[in-house]
Amino acid sequence: MKLGRRQEGRWAWRLTGFVTLCVYIFMFAPIVATVILSFNASMFGGFPMTGFSLQWYGKLMANEQVLTAFRTSLWIALVTSAVTTAIGVVTAFALVRFEFPGKQALSTLVILPALVPETILGVGLLVLIKAIDQPRTMLLLVLGHILLAVPYVVLITQARMVGIRRVYEEAALSLGASRFSSFREITLPLLIPAVVGGALLAFTISFDNTSASLFWRPAGVETMPTQILSMLKISISPEINALGTVMILVTVGIPLVGGLILQSLTRLKRRDQPKEETL
Amino acid sequence: MLVAPVLVLLIFFLVLPIAVMAAYTFFTFVTAGVETSALTTANWHEFLTDSYYSGFLLKTLRVGAITATLCGVLGYFPAYFIWATTFKHKWLLLLLLIVPFWISFTIRTFSWINILGEQGVINVALLKLGIINEPLPMLYNEGAVILGMLHFLLPYMILNVYVSLESIDRTLIAAARSMGCTSAQAFREVTLPLSLPGLAAGLLLCFVLAAGSYVTPQLLGSGRDALFGNLIYDTIMGELNWPMGATLSIVLFVVLGFFAAIYTRYMGMSQIVKGLGG
Repeated sequence: MKLGRRQEGRWAWRLTGFVTLCVYIFMFAPIVATVILSFNASMFGGFPMTGFSLQWYGKLMANEQVLTAFRTSLWIALVTSAVTTAIGVVTAFALVRFEFPGKQALSTLVILPALVPETILGVGLLVLIKAIDQPRTMLLLVLGHILLAVPYVVLITQARMVGIRRVYEEAALSLGASRFSSFREITLPLLIPAVVGGALLAFTISFDNTSASLFWRPAGVETMPTQILSMLKISISPEINALGTVMILVTVGIPLVGGLILQSLTRLKRRDQPKEETL
Repeated sequence: MLVAPVLVLLIFFLVLPIAVMAAYTFFTFVTAGVETSALTTANWHEFLTDSYYSGFLLKTLRVGAITATLCGVLGYFPAYFIWATTFKHKWLLLLLLIVPFWISFTIRTFSWINILGEQGVINVALLKLGIINEPLPMLYNEGAVILGMLHFLLPYMILNVYVSLESIDRTLIAAARSMGCTSAQAFREVTLPLSLPGLAAGLLLCFVLAAGSYVTPQLLGSGRDALFGNLIYDTIMGELNWPMGATLSIVLFVVLGFFAAIYTRYMGMSQIVKGLGG
């Protein structure tokens, strides 16, 4: 009997492992297929592989529309990332360190853009713009992206800030530092991992945004995702697979490299001040 | 004030737009792109009486519920596995869950065409093996839409459940085992109940995101598989019927808000916050 039960537990564990493996395959199979197909020599964007070729990458590099969309998205994402990080860090600082009326309401309100479907946010802003008779501009698109990214930056920074003990800041203040310089000299350096993480996430959220951008973009402007969407409306060509692969390299490569740099930085720091962690 | 920038942003880009949109639902539609501020209940009347709209809403909620449930079932296993495994490089498993968030959502969605399409992996393999003579029509139906949504929502679910499992005091399980529970009983009586908050948060998140989706039905579904988000987009960008588009948006907002409210009534916001921010 006892043996039977143990057997049962082992089978349950094996099943869990098997489903886990399947889920991971499910997650990555389509992406791997896309990357492989981008090197396919065939004229059609599908299997079977007829040979190895880089011609679709060449075609991509010569596609003026794609390049323009790429540059547009890159700029929007960079500006969004910088502004969102600044706003988000300051907001998280206020939410964690100060008491003020309406704090609870604000902390709920600030995560709403992550929960409300983009379609609704998209239509809402568009209706507002129409009601006050303003055109859709780049500025609107960027501000919209900032709205979408701000919850994530605030949440990430908040989580980190809660772990930073207040005594460091209080020590600086009692030694005569102003509020601002205590923030700049003490809080901000300790927050760096959250700041970098938030900035990277804001970048990808903006670079990747599709639904809301379809509503907000000025007439004639394509961002990278909307460009892909309009290319897909025609047909799935090998060029799109190549484009997808390039995008994967950019959006996965940047955070990975950023994370690695960050890790080695903190490791270096730890070597300099071995006692810091035990405080 | 430190919160001034975020407050201005939230008021002008979140609160005010939704308020104006609510007002717009009472405006009169004249012709494509033109409406007057003469107040009318015609839009609401049309929405409430035309079964076309309620059908869309029900279908959207159904697809959202199916997707969320599948996410819950399929997502619990990996979350549990990552939590319980003694594998040394657990961080790698977690990292692999986060990587999809970095890959463009549009690309992740259209990549399914390479798997399910007529020239996709499955069809080409089955044809080569001689199991089928004609490519199976696996794309452009509701199943493909749900599959695509499952693909982008699973990491949310797994991370939510994982965060919840991580907060369980493991000595509780050891205690249950030492009192004579089998591992199955310990799971049923201790681990599962304590991980329910994460599962519930994941379900809500998946449901809301699925029901609000636009891109997935657009890319992987046929015209018949359009969801409420597509209806809103077509009403506004296609028909240029702004008052009706605003009405539909408000409906979706209220309906999804209703589910979120039920959830927060019982669970509070903290679990969602944990799941989103890590």
